[in-house]
Amino acid sequence: MSLNKNESKSIRLGRNSLIKSLTSSRLTFSLVVLFAVVIQNILTTPSFFNISITNGLISGYIPNILDEASELVIVTLGMTLVTAASGGQDISVGSIMAISASFCGLLLNGPEYRTDVFHSPYLLALLVGVLGGALCGAFNGFLVSGLKIQPMIASLILFTAGRSIAKQITHGQTIYIMNPVYKWLGVQIPGVPIRTSIIVSVVMIIIVVLLVKLTSLGLYVQSVGINGSSARLVGLNARVIKFMAFVISGVLAGVAGLVGSSSVGSVNSGELGLAIEMDAILAVALGGNMLGGGKFSIAGSVIGAYTIQAITTTLYAMSVRADQLNVYKALIIIVIIVASSDVFKERLKTLIRKVFSKNVSVGGLRNEGQ
Amino acid sequence: MKGSKKSTVAGSDILIKRKGLSNTGVLLLITVSLFVLLYIISAILFVDSNFTKYSVFFNLINNKAYLLVLALGLTTVLITGSIDISVGGVTGLVSMVIATMLTSEGVSAVWAIPAALGIGIAFGIVQGFLVAYMEIQPFIVTLSGMFFARGMISMINAKSVPITNELFMSWSSAKIYIPFLYNERRNGTRDVAYLTPTAIVALITLIVLIIVLKKTKFGRSLYAIGGNTQSALLMGINVRKTKFLAHVLCGLLAGIGGFLFTLFAPSGNPGNGYGYEIDAISSSVIGGVMLSGGVGLPIGTFFGVLINSLIERVVPLLGIVDASWPRIITSAFLFAFIVLQSIIASASKKGGSKLSLPVWMRPKKGKE
Repeated sequence: MSLNKNESKSIRLGRNSLIKSLTSSRLTFSLVVLFAVVIQNILTTPSFFNISITNGLISGYIPNILDEASELVIVTLGMTLVTAASGGQDISVGSIMAISASFCGLLLNGPEYRTDVFHSPYLLALLVGVLGGALCGAFNGFLVSGLKIQPMIASLILFTAGRSIAKQITHGQTIYIMNPVYKWLGVQIPGVPIRTSIIVSVVMIIIVVLLVKLTSLGLYVQSVGINGSSARLVGLNARVIKFMAFVISGVLAGVAGLVGSSSVGSVNSGELGLAIEMDAILAVALGGNMLGGGKFSIAGSVIGAYTIQAITTTLYAMSVRADQLNVYKALIIIVIIVASSDVFKERLKTLIRKVFSKNVSVGGLRNEGQ
Repeated sequence: MKGSKKSTVAGSDILIKRKGLSNTGVLLLITVSLFVLLYIISAILFVDSNFTKYSVFFNLINNKAYLLVLALGLTTVLITGSIDISVGGVTGLVSMVIATMLTSEGVSAVWAIPAALGIGIAFGIVQGFLVAYMEIQPFIVTLSGMFFARGMISMINAKSVPITNELFMSWSSAKIYIPFLYNERRNGTRDVAYLTPTAIVALITLIVLIIVLKKTKFGRSLYAIGGNTQSALLMGINVRKTKFLAHVLCGLLAGIGGFLFTLFAPSGNPGNGYGYEIDAISSSVIGGVMLSGGVGLPIGTFFGVLINSLIERVVPLLGIVDASWPRIITSAFLFAFIVLQSIIASASKKGGSKLSLPVWMRPKKGKE
C-alpha cells in the first residue's frame, strides 16, 4: 500500500511545477470568466441575487442558471473522462441523450403518443433509458478501444445516426408523457423545495468525484491519456480503461437525456440535447483540461459548465437567438484552444524574449517562422 | 551461378509483392464489387424501377453530384490524416447566402459563383491555418467551423428562402442529353440518358483530382504525409504547407459542392446541408479512403458516392417512407467499412503481403 502511494506521489511530483502552475492558472482563467459574466449580470439585472419561493420551489436568477446547466454539467463529467483517457471527444452525447429518453418514453407510453398512464414501472423505464445510454457508450468505446479509431470519428457515427435512430424508436413523433410523476426527475418531487435537476446534477458530480478519488480510476485514466503505451508497460489495460470512460460517458449522457426530457415532459428526438456536445467540449476546455488527453480536473470542468450556461443565459438576455449562439461559442472555443496551444505559447515566449532582449536583429525576426 | 539464382528469386519476390494488390487495391475492389452487387440485386428486386435503363444509372450521378464534390474534398484531407467536418455547414451556408443574394433584384446569378467559392476558400484558409500552423486537432477546429457556419446561416436568414432568379433556375433545370445512350419505351419514344450541369462539374472535378493526386508533386506529398509524417518531413516535404493547402482545397471543393447543391435544390433553408459531413465521410471511407491516412483514391470515392446514391434510391422502394432511414443505413455501412479497414490494417501488419493475393494464386517459388 505504502509503495503504491509513493508511486502515485512520485508520478504527481514528477510533473514539473511549471505545468502545475499553468493548469492552476487556467482554472483561474475559467473562474475569472465566470466572475466577469456574473458581474455583467449584476450590472444589467439588479434582481440577480433575488431568491423567492414560487409554487413550493426556490426560484430566481441563480437557481435558474443552476437548473438549466444541470444537463450540461452531467454530460461534461463524462466528456472530461473521455477526453482525459482517449485524447479525443465524444461528440455523440447529444444523440445519446435523445436515444435514452426515447427508450424511456417508449416504455412509459407504450404505443400511445400522449397519455398520462404509465405502461411500465417508472423506475424500470428510467433504468432502461440509462442502459440505452450505456449501450451507445459501449458502441463508441468498442470502436475506439477495439478498432483503434479516432474518438471523434467513432462518435461521429452516432452523432448523425443517433437522432434518426431515436426518431425510429419513438415512431417518428414527439412523445408526450402527461403523468405528473414523470416530471419528478427534471422538475420537482412534491415537498422538496429544490429543483430535482439540480439535485441530480450534484449527485452525479459527487458520484464521479468519489469514483475518481476513491478508486484508482482517476489515476489510470490520467496515465492512459498521458501515454497509452507506457501505461500498458506498467501493466494497465489501456483498452479497458478507454472503453470504461466511454461507457461512463454514455451512462451520464443517458441520465442527462432523462433529466432533459423529464423537465419538459416530452421526448422530442430532434431537439433534446441539440448542440450540447459543443457546450460540453467548451466546458472541458474552459476548465483547464488538456483536449489532447492526460491531466484532468473534474472541478474545472464543472466550473466550466456553469460558466458556459451563465454565458448562454446572458446572451439570451441580450436577445440572441438560440441558433445564433453557436457562432459566438465556436469563436470562443477557437480562441481558448489557440491560446492554450503549444505553438501559440512558444511563439508568445519568443516574441516576449525578442521584445525584451536588447540585440534584436532583422535576421532574428526572419527566423520566427521556423 | 548460385548467387545469380538467389538474386532472381529475391527479385521475383519483390515483383510478386509489387504486382499483388495493395491495401488500396483491395479496398477499391471491395467497393466496386459491392456497388455492382447492390445494383444487380436492386435491378432484380425492383424490376418496375427500371434499374437497367441508362437514365436511371445516370440519375444516380445527377442526384449526388454535390456529394461527389464534397466527398472528393474530404478524400484529400483524409489522405493527409486530417479531417474536415465543416463541409455540411459550409454547404448550407453557401446555399443560404446565394438564396439571400438572389432575392434582391439587381444581382446577377453569375455573382453566386464567386460568393460560393469565396466562402469555401475562406473556411479552408482559416481552418487550414489553425490545423497546419497552430497544430490544433483538426476535429475541434472543423467542429467549431461547422457550428460557426450553422449559426451564420440562421443569422443571415432564419426562414426558408426560395430562389426565383431566372438565369439561376435555367442553370438548375438544364439537361445535357447523351444521344447514343437511350432505351426504347413501349410507345416508341426514346428515354435518353442525360447529365445535369452539376454532374458535369462534379465529373470534371473528379478527373482533375485524379490527375492532381496521381501526377503532381502536391498530390504525392499528400500521400507521403498521411502515410508517415516523420518520414515525409525527412524527405524534405513541407508538411505544414501541404496540410494547409489540402484544407484550402477541401474548403474550395466544399464551396463548389455548396453551389452545386444550391443548383440541385434551389432554395435557402436553415436545415440545408445537415449531416452532409457524414455522407461525405462515409462515401470516402466506403470508397476505400483509410481514416488513418495515406490510403485512398478519388475513383474509389466516386463509387462510394454511387453506393450512397443507390441506398437513397432503393430505401424508399422498400416501402420505408421515413427520410431518416437512408442516413441510418449509410452510417451502418460506414461502421462496417471501418471494421473492415481495421481488419485489413491489422492483417497487413501481421502477415506482410498475405493479403495481396490468395495463396493458390501466387506463383510457386523455386525449391532452392
